[in-house]
Amino acid sequence: MKKILKISVAALCVLVAFTSCNNSGKSGGKSGALASNIAEKVYVAPGEHDSHYAFISGGYSGNLTVYGLPSGRLFKEIPVFSQFPTNGYGYSEESKPMLETSYGFIPWDDSHHPDISQTNGVLDGRWVFINGNNTPRIARVGLRSFETEEIIEIPNSAGNHSSSFITENTEYVVAGTRFSVPVPQRDMPIKDYKGNFKGALTFISVDPEHGHMDIKFQVLMPGFNYDLSHPGRGKSHGWFFFTTYNTEEASTLLEVNASQNDKDFIAAINWKKIEEYVNNGGGTMMPANYAHNVLDENTHVTTSTLKKEVRVINPSEVPGAIYLLPTPKSPHGCDVDPSGEYIVGNGKLSANLTVHSFTKMLDAIENEKFAGDAYGIPVLNFEDVLAGSVEQPGLGPLHTEFDGKGNAYTTFFISSEVVKWKLGTWEVIDRKPTYYSVGHLTIPGGNSREPFGKYMFAMNKITKDRYLPVGPEMEHSAQLYDISGEKMELLLDFPTHGEPHYAAAIPAEIIKENSLKFYKLADNKHPRKATNESETKVVRDGKNVHVYMTLIRSHFTPDNIEGIKVGDKVFFHVTNLEQDFDVPHGFAMIGANNAELLIAPGQTRTLTWEPKQVGVWPFYCTDFCSALHQEMQGYVRVSPANSNVPLKWSLGEDIE
Amino acid sequence: MKKAGIIMIIGSLLLLGLFKFPLWNIMLGAPQYPDPLGMNIYIDGIQGVEEFDLQNIDGLNHYIGMKTIPKADEMWEFAVFPKVILGMAILGVVIGLLGFFKKISYKFFLGWFVLMSVLGILGMYDFNNWLIDYGSNLDPNAILKLNNPDGTPMTYKPPLFGFQKLLNFDVTSLPHTGGYLMFVGMTLTLVAFWLGRKTSLKKATQ
Repeated sequence: MKKILKISVAALCVLVAFTSCNNSGKSGGKSGALASNIAEKVYVAPGEHDSHYAFISGGYSGNLTVYGLPSGRLFKEIPVFSQFPTNGYGYSEESKPMLETSYGFIPWDDSHHPDISQTNGVLDGRWVFINGNNTPRIARVGLRSFETEEIIEIPNSAGNHSSSFITENTEYVVAGTRFSVPVPQRDMPIKDYKGNFKGALTFISVDPEHGHMDIKFQVLMPGFNYDLSHPGRGKSHGWFFFTTYNTEEASTLLEVNASQNDKDFIAAINWKKIEEYVNNGGGTMMPANYAHNVLDENTHVTTSTLKKEVRVINPSEVPGAIYLLPTPKSPHGCDVDPSGEYIVGNGKLSANLTVHSFTKMLDAIENEKFAGDAYGIPVLNFEDVLAGSVEQPGLGPLHTEFDGKGNAYTTFFISSEVVKWKLGTWEVIDRKPTYYSVGHLTIPGGNSREPFGKYMFAMNKITKDRYLPVGPEMEHSAQLYDISGEKMELLLDFPTHGEPHYAAAIPAEIIKENSLKFYKLADNKHPRKATNESETKVVRDGKNVHVYMTLIRSHFTPDNIEGIKVGDKVFFHVTNLEQDFDVPHGFAMIGANNAELLIAPGQTRTLTWEPKQVGVWPFYCTDFCSALHQEMQGYVRVSPANSNVPLKWSLGEDIE
Repeated sequence: MKKAGIIMIIGSLLLLGLFKFPLWNIMLGAPQYPDPLGMNIYIDGIQGVEEFDLQNIDGLNHYIGMKTIPKADEMWEFAVFPKVILGMAILGVVIGLLGFFKKISYKFFLGWFVLMSVLGILGMYDFNNWLIDYGSNLDPNAILKLNNPDGTPMTYKPPLFGFQKLLNFDVTSLPHTGGYLMFVGMTLTLVAFWLGRKTSLKKATQ
């Protein structure tokens, strides 16, 4: 009996030794044998699924990429603002209208800040909104199809940067102009900027059922630069906060001239108050030109509508709706904690990190403790609204996210690190280096009322030496940290496509069950569909020839077409008859001056081809679809412009 | 005999489950089909387990030249089977009732069971013939032509019962809810026979 006791005590000691060893590994991040411990934390075995989706903006790629966490694996690139020859987005007749703007067809943009729709301040996983920065636009990506379903252009705006953040019931998506511009646009000297330019902050309502967007109103603010924004949460729901820089209203050499004021502002906007004003008929309808592009899931066709007016509000019309909170030196990030009490304004040129208190702000407003005004908008006293400062936390603070456990995580661009600090006590708890020059960081749900505070990832601007070198230009890098403990733990580096500005992340189970596997052919309402092989045909309409074609493993119907002439414009309307998960077919035509198509099961897409040379020209399937994929091919006979070869088509027999 | 009559009636009525539930089920799984494709065989037609399974099975089968899965109006069986099942259920109920009121001998219960078994075996025989035809009467222009090791052309008959490997597919063929209800029902008629016999033997010895 004694012996047994001894053995079990010894075994217990060994166990304790191992456990404590593990613990020290966790907090200290030691190397050696413990490194494998970290690898296990990001290892997702073959066939198993990641626990989170991350939607990372592509910056200058104009797209949105979908990654898995914790593995860092890339699942998909979703084309949003840029043409995408991979599947024909922005090239096919159905998708071209999605890139229409008041400037015409713009096949590129600079996508910055994705944000996932919310209900009651909690991520609901229905849509991702993302802004196009260059030609101001907001897009909505559906999280059933993972496709861009809608894009709305923002008038009176330029450099749509403080976007696309959403209120806690997805009532509004906001679009804020980084560059102030003359409103309405006109020919005027640039040096007369001050007092004449305006900054438009746009509130776009979202239909709760379909997600359809509509510009409800624009607030025409003073000509500052509106950098980032964040909606209030919980107690501050109904307010929206925007950081500003260049409150000097300089128009040249901004790196000097816009860094003169010791304090810029956070603009606090009571949107509920303005909404009420608008609902009672307030505001002015102003002529404007902006495109609104909507994809119909049943026709698979995007329709672009040019809108002609927008409702604008001058701040003076709604007294008590807008206030300015002085915030040290060129604040960049503007982040509200999950409770809605703290508004973090990171003065990127300031030594300290400034946090405002929503309660104090309301109190100061109520007691009318104003320091003055800017263009009639009351300016509050810095000391009256200050909740506290994190003293000398690092250099160049940019963005803050929250873990839902009372902690905040701020990125520091110049000192390349993430700093964890405590809300309320303002003490620094931990800091970890990033590689290198970190911009945004993301905690799944970290800008909502209920963060899922297990992981945090930082998005870096510079990647040098983290991966094998691939020449002067390389992909950027993200770094994943485990933040479940007191100290942050670096788990993984992974490359990201384009320039990852910001990301939104969400637990996988909220989305994955709703993900569409294929489109139902029976629901396909495309005006030029062919839902079975007997509906295929070729129709001439003057110089336009419409080919109604179907695809199924492993043939096109028809596969031989004659009677096309040089100078014709041939529209291949291609319907994929498959009703099976992950069986798209491709369509590529020799000499087509646009792209290929990838057609999802049950979908119809149209590629235009203008034959320029007489001959017999092949087309083929580009997506390896079956054992006979290589045989999935056909020919188009092109005759001279003046020939009288009749239009004919066939499958399985020679053309008579 | 009362109890036996009631059991006979219940047993016969269980056949009616075949009008709602499938008699048989065949599932086809393969590495590239983590969610297996499947068909449910009802007495009045064949349906996919998932909405598009039949279309996808036909799509796969055309490589080896199999015919498409028959529609309900393409096989006489699907018109006749419901009538036979309904007829047997009614007959069973009538026999049960007559037994209940002691108008007939318990031996009729066994008679019904034997008749049902003969019909069932004929049905299985017919089903198996169809499977043989489906799996071996292949399109001469089939894309894939495979031979067995002995040089004879490969056939693709799904198993009548149980599991079989067909190329890269794991094929499982088992009765489904309707089939199990039928088997339980038939067993109950046997029980009715046994109960009826016991009662009558008891009477005889008294």
